[in-house]
Amino acid sequence: MVDLRKREEVRGKLRRVSVGIAGLGGLGSNAAVSLARAGVGKLVLVDFDKVEENNLDRQYYFRHQIGKFKVDALAENIRSIDPSVEVDGFNLRLERGFMEKPFNDVDVVVEALDDAEIKAAFIEEILSKLPGKPLVAASGVAGYGSSDNIKTLRLGNLFLCYDEHAPSSEESVLIAPRVALIANWEANLVLEIVLNRWLSD
Amino acid sequence: MIEVNGKQVEWRKDETVDGLLKRMGYSFPIVIVRVNDRVVPYTEFSRFVVPDNSKIDVVRLVSGG
Repeated sequence: MVDLRKREEVRGKLRRVSVGIAGLGGLGSNAAVSLARAGVGKLVLVDFDKVEENNLDRQYYFRHQIGKFKVDALAENIRSIDPSVEVDGFNLRLERGFMEKPFNDVDVVVEALDDAEIKAAFIEEILSKLPGKPLVAASGVAGYGSSDNIKTLRLGNLFLCYDEHAPSSEESVLIAPRVALIANWEANLVLEIVLNRWLSD
Repeated sequence: MIEVNGKQVEWRKDETVDGLLKRMGYSFPIVIVRVNDRVVPYTEFSRFVVPDNSKIDVVRLVSGG
């Protein structure tokens, strides 16, 4: 049975939380939907891409959304789940030197980008320009199986969902179960960060 | 001595982050390097000299998202 009082207490806290997500592919789209279902009050979503047919094997979009901008398609899907979640979509490519811009005011930033070089640049910029802001990132999404190799590595304000042995997406496949697992690992870390911070405050 | 990913390693005078990565045999193309709680930007790897008694974290990033 669900303890309704506890549920409302947690949802009440999450309602006041804002989370920024950089990249709305397999990681970002699945993490955003989980956070919306959990009751996070505001999501800031950033991507420049459109939904393509070959995204549907792992990303939280539907066939009828092919050709739409991901920020719009994901906002639509979140609205269908819970219209009270505030969604701020930025249809733009993150440019080096300005990557932190959309995330100035959120409580936690989620790195959900694809390319390793861009991931590294984003992590460097967020940690240096937004000191004190928790950043959740991921590396080692590709492939299948080996769930037990995934760990959370904490380095200061960086919470990295990490499989040091995993292949890159150029060497292996990106496929739904592992992508969704790591996306939800990131979302789960966000909850841990915001709820535990409230507890300790 | 310095500590690299939890391992005790001999400190070398004037060694840069680049030099240390090479010495450790880390050939990953993309890494995040943290020296004493500070992330060293990739563009500084060839200039940033690792001080003695440092604690260093090297994290490998691979594509996929």
